[in-house]
Amino acid sequence: MAFEDWEPVIGLEVHCELKTATKLFCGCKTIFGNESNTQVCPVCLGLPGTLPVMNEKAVEYAVKIGLALNCEISKFSKMDRKNYYYPDLPKAYQVSQYDKPLNFNGHLDITTKEGTKRIGVTRAHLEEDAGKLVHQGGKAGRLDSSDYSLADYNRGGIPLVEIVSEPDIRSAEEAHAYLTALRNILLYIDVSDCNMEEGSLRCDANVSVRKKGTEKFGTKAEIKNMNSFKFAKQAMEYEIKRQIALLEKGEKVIQESRLWDVTENKTKPMRSKEEAHDYRYFPEPDLSPIVLPEDYVQKIKASLPELPAAKQARFVAEYGLTAYDAGVLTADQELAHWFEVGAKLTKSPKGFANWMMGDMAAQMKEQEKELKDLKFDQKKLAELVDIIEAGTINSKQAKEVFLELFNNGASPAEVVKSKGMAQVSDPKAIEAAVDKILAENPNVVADYKGGKQGVIGFLVGKVMAASQGKANPKMVNEVLKKKLDA
Amino acid sequence: MELYEKTIHEVAGELKAKKISSVELTKQVMDHLEKVEPHVQSFITITRDQALAQAAEADKRLAAGKDVTALTGIPLAIKDLLCTKGVRTTCASRMLETFVPPYNATVVEKLYAAGAVAVGKTNMDEFAMGSSTETSFYKKTKNPWNLNCVPGGSSGGSASSVSADQAFASLGSDTGGSIRQPAALCGIVGLKPTYGRVSRYGLIAFASSLDQIGPMTKDVEDCAIMMNAISGHDPKDSTSANVPSPDHLTDLKKGVKGLRIGIPKEFFPDAMNEEVSVAVKDAIAKLSGLGAELVEISLPTAPYGLAAYYVLAPSEASSNLARYDGVRYGLRVPGENIVEMYSKTRAAGFGPEVKRRIMLGTYALSSGYYDAYYLKAQKVRRLIKEDYDKAFEKVDIIATPTAPNPAFRFGEKTDDPLTMYLEDIFTISINIAGVPALSLPCGLAGGLPVGLQLIGKPFDEATLLKAAWAYEQSTEWHKRKPSLRKD
Repeated sequence: MAFEDWEPVIGLEVHCELKTATKLFCGCKTIFGNESNTQVCPVCLGLPGTLPVMNEKAVEYAVKIGLALNCEISKFSKMDRKNYYYPDLPKAYQVSQYDKPLNFNGHLDITTKEGTKRIGVTRAHLEEDAGKLVHQGGKAGRLDSSDYSLADYNRGGIPLVEIVSEPDIRSAEEAHAYLTALRNILLYIDVSDCNMEEGSLRCDANVSVRKKGTEKFGTKAEIKNMNSFKFAKQAMEYEIKRQIALLEKGEKVIQESRLWDVTENKTKPMRSKEEAHDYRYFPEPDLSPIVLPEDYVQKIKASLPELPAAKQARFVAEYGLTAYDAGVLTADQELAHWFEVGAKLTKSPKGFANWMMGDMAAQMKEQEKELKDLKFDQKKLAELVDIIEAGTINSKQAKEVFLELFNNGASPAEVVKSKGMAQVSDPKAIEAAVDKILAENPNVVADYKGGKQGVIGFLVGKVMAASQGKANPKMVNEVLKKKLDA
Repeated sequence: MELYEKTIHEVAGELKAKKISSVELTKQVMDHLEKVEPHVQSFITITRDQALAQAAEADKRLAAGKDVTALTGIPLAIKDLLCTKGVRTTCASRMLETFVPPYNATVVEKLYAAGAVAVGKTNMDEFAMGSSTETSFYKKTKNPWNLNCVPGGSSGGSASSVSADQAFASLGSDTGGSIRQPAALCGIVGLKPTYGRVSRYGLIAFASSLDQIGPMTKDVEDCAIMMNAISGHDPKDSTSANVPSPDHLTDLKKGVKGLRIGIPKEFFPDAMNEEVSVAVKDAIAKLSGLGAELVEISLPTAPYGLAAYYVLAPSEASSNLARYDGVRYGLRVPGENIVEMYSKTRAAGFGPEVKRRIMLGTYALSSGYYDAYYLKAQKVRRLIKEDYDKAFEKVDIIATPTAPNPAFRFGEKTDDPLTMYLEDIFTISINIAGVPALSLPCGLAGGLPVGLQLIGKPFDEATLLKAAWAYEQSTEWHKRKPSLRKD
């Protein structure tokens, strides 16, 4: 057996923190990075006697996610308690959803080397986040080996949506594409900051491998602590190799949770306390079921923006972009919007797109600038694109004008003018220049007429030199040809 | 007659007429409270200073004639599972011996807003689990009618304090009978409102889907006054119903003529205490004599309430009480690691009855058992609710005994939890169905009070109070005072 004989099977669980102003069950703020335990109240601290009240905005955002992921929306769903002890969980249960999630049975299309692939979305349910523990002293930064631990409940009770995929993913690349597409959708519908560093987007992967051509799933491992898409991909690649190597040796994969270790670039088993948990789910008696009338769902549906896939298709149809280019531009909602404003101001949307993805992207990367930092607007870039399309300046000049635009926000038309770059495209002026050169070079004209047509290049060069490079070379060529062939 | 022996509606008139100040009244009540407390032991915490400060505030209101309600200046007692800002709230558990809530329960807030005076926090069964107040970590509350007997439970201290005139009224909570059974055993009026009628915010939960706060009073009119003060939707409690709350005094004295009263045969078993049975039947006959129409009905699934309750309530309790882990507040017993700290804390903090119920509930919710226990119990709940709905198509209220026996002796039922659980056999299905019910005195059995239970349609506490008032006015039972003697 060889590596190629095995097929990875991956399912992803993505936790997305909703950007509601307040927490899921109380009025506490949800701002990231504030001083510990300053965004807490008796409710989110789970003090005796307190009761939750559902944040309607969180339900709305969760339904938005469901609709954007093509899910069915439950007309009747409920919250459940997931019971387990951990110091970051003040009530010793997490209010989540068990058998009646808000959203279920959806899908997300991703782009792979082989084309578009559909990944099933099992469910997307609403739940509350836990607090954060900071372990002090001892070793390994863990609860049971540290001297003591500090608890910060600012994050406790922030609304989360857990998005669970079907085990439809077959490689780390596909997983990466799924995560990228999912994040893009979440940003488009404006329900989450999706900031992995701040933890507003978190991802766990269930990874197993099986022999190609077989149906039965292998034993899976759950990979946690993947703090970026890059790490996620590395972790899954490592895990797939690890499992294949084990099976090739005739050993078994153990069902367990594993942590991605960034420094060692490998997955490592977590303590086994996670295993065999019985969460004793039961309906949360402190909250009424969530009943969503059809018109409520329809209203949210109508409020959804155009999603990335639809926008990409439209850019191809409407602006003549390639699917790839449209994909690049729609991968970021702001970028797509920036393009679309410009596309309407220029005669060449495709040219506009090329400049955005070419020189503009390169300069932004080099100078570490974002769209909001730009010194120019779409109107000015459109001006440049149209000047180029009109043949007023050549490509070398165009790059020079663009740098002026990018660095100083200068108007391309004025740069062209002030630097005297404008190509001479006046037929009369060009004709006069051609006539002059023809008159000065009778021998070359004779050579041409004698059959040495290659000499036309020499004549073009003469005319261009005479015009100090400003003559439109295409027109010079045409006029020369016309006159010589006459 | 001493002032503290009077009812709210009697003494409120004297306050308004400025015959007496709230501070004087409160002092008299506090003095009496402290005098009898060594015998009765109703309170876990007595808040004399706070009471006098509140009374002084109430006197300002009374003097200005502004914001004066039926409860302004009236000393009341509060069950020690209702959170009181700045006053420790223990649930009669060692676990919460040091817990001082930073906020008031909504009902407490409402009483304070009405100008009431809080004399203290009353003893109860630990986390409201029990029917005799014997499971309290702190003390054994005595029944004022016979100090050798229990006051009932779990709101035993709330019942005994009112019975012994240590407060004009009290707040209790009722999960399976915890207001009505002690009210019956101590000879007072106790009402468990419809689930959702009164906000549970700040009530330390035992079983969230069954718990309900209610008044315990000396007579029916006081009960209506208390209901007016505590009822109503609370945006902080999603399970509190957003329905209008009526003035419970409006129709109070309109009589029972034409009222249809259902008598369910399942609530009069042969094995019942003879004197209790006779007293309740006499009371029903009296209601008939006052013009009510008696209708024999059946609540066939009600007897399964007890079994369903001992799955549902412990299940919810096992989750509700999980937060007492020693991490943030209350008792903490250090351990070598977090798991050891959890188990040592919970082993030391909870008493045997609480542990028993946590184990019951944890078991019932466990993977593989959920369908057989919790889910089945939920189905039984649905059937019981349907039985009540059907019955209320034919009758306006239902009359039954509150408890099968009068007050029993300390230790009599503690060895066998099941006999203790049977104390709630007539009250428990009402919580399961979520309907309102009250208990009022209707006689004596062996010299100890007997309770008549009236059960009503959802959110129709007013009719219950009307029937109860009509009965009460035709008897002298509510005027009898306990002797505070041993037998």
